[in-house]
Amino acid sequence: MIIGLAHYLAVAAILFTIGVFGIFVNRKNIIVILMSIELILLAVNINFVAFSAYLHNVIGQIFAMFILTVAAAEAAVGLAILVTFFRNRGDIAVDDASVMKG
Amino acid sequence: MALQAIAFYLLAAVTIAAGFGVVSARNPVHSVLFLILAFFSAAGLFVLMGAEFLAMLLVVVYVGAVAVLFLFVVMMLDVDFTALRQGFARSMPLGAAVAGILAFEMVAVSAVVANRGAAGGSQGPLAATPDAPNAEAIGRVLYTDYVYFFQAAGLVLLVAMIGAIVLTLRHKPGVKRQVIADQVARTPETGMRVVSAKPGEGISE
Repeated sequence: MIIGLAHYLAVAAILFTIGVFGIFVNRKNIIVILMSIELILLAVNINFVAFSAYLHNVIGQIFAMFILTVAAAEAAVGLAILVTFFRNRGDIAVDDASVMKG
Repeated sequence: MALQAIAFYLLAAVTIAAGFGVVSARNPVHSVLFLILAFFSAAGLFVLMGAEFLAMLLVVVYVGAVAVLFLFVVMMLDVDFTALRQGFARSMPLGAAVAGILAFEMVAVSAVVANRGAAGGSQGPLAATPDAPNAEAIGRVLYTDYVYFFQAAGLVLLVAMIGAIVLTLRHKPGVKRQVIADQVARTPETGMRVVSAKPGEGISE
């Protein structure tokens, strides 16, 4: 039983799908939405590393590192916005956040 | 090779189960802990593919920083999380349908396409033929061809750090603070007063 590229791609696809599913079912809870986005980015990283490993080309891993950087920055800024939002409203229900609607 | 297959299936199953735990856990603290488990097992998958440096990066950055940040925020905010779960069952069928279609499409495409092209000819992942350690190979490319992108990534992190600080910094009113400019601008005229006190009377303020 040899583990090929398709195995890793399938794992990444399933993880990506779980992330999308998480955004769908937790529409009110922005913390879980942020965690779902992290899962999606992890799935993308698995794809990059899998192709990098099987094409014997290290550039995919470098791109995965940049994705990791952007994901960390996104999590930090997202959680900062969340904390500010909670301070102003005393709640984190995002489905009725319509202050910036025109 | 059989051992590798066992490790792959174990890590993949744990990753996917933990991912499902993240989105379906009732308590957000459990979600964060599942997220940590997912990242750990994904790091195991990276090691299996021969990307040791990225695996360690995943553990340090995600488990050490991002997940702890999530944990801080979840525990710091005093939120009624059961109210936030309303609508979970209502949007479940739509979400499951979309997710099922998406998963089927992506798995089917990856199964068909994966063995074509250059990837089909390779017998195994990069670790099978090591000419240089993984970290060394990454460093050789990252600090030469991609050095500007590396600097740009640092800039992204700097901007994110400043942004997070600016967003969460709060100036409480009524708190005495040291204003160095005011202290430096103080002159003897504003700072003191010469009073001629008469003997026996003192100074009445």
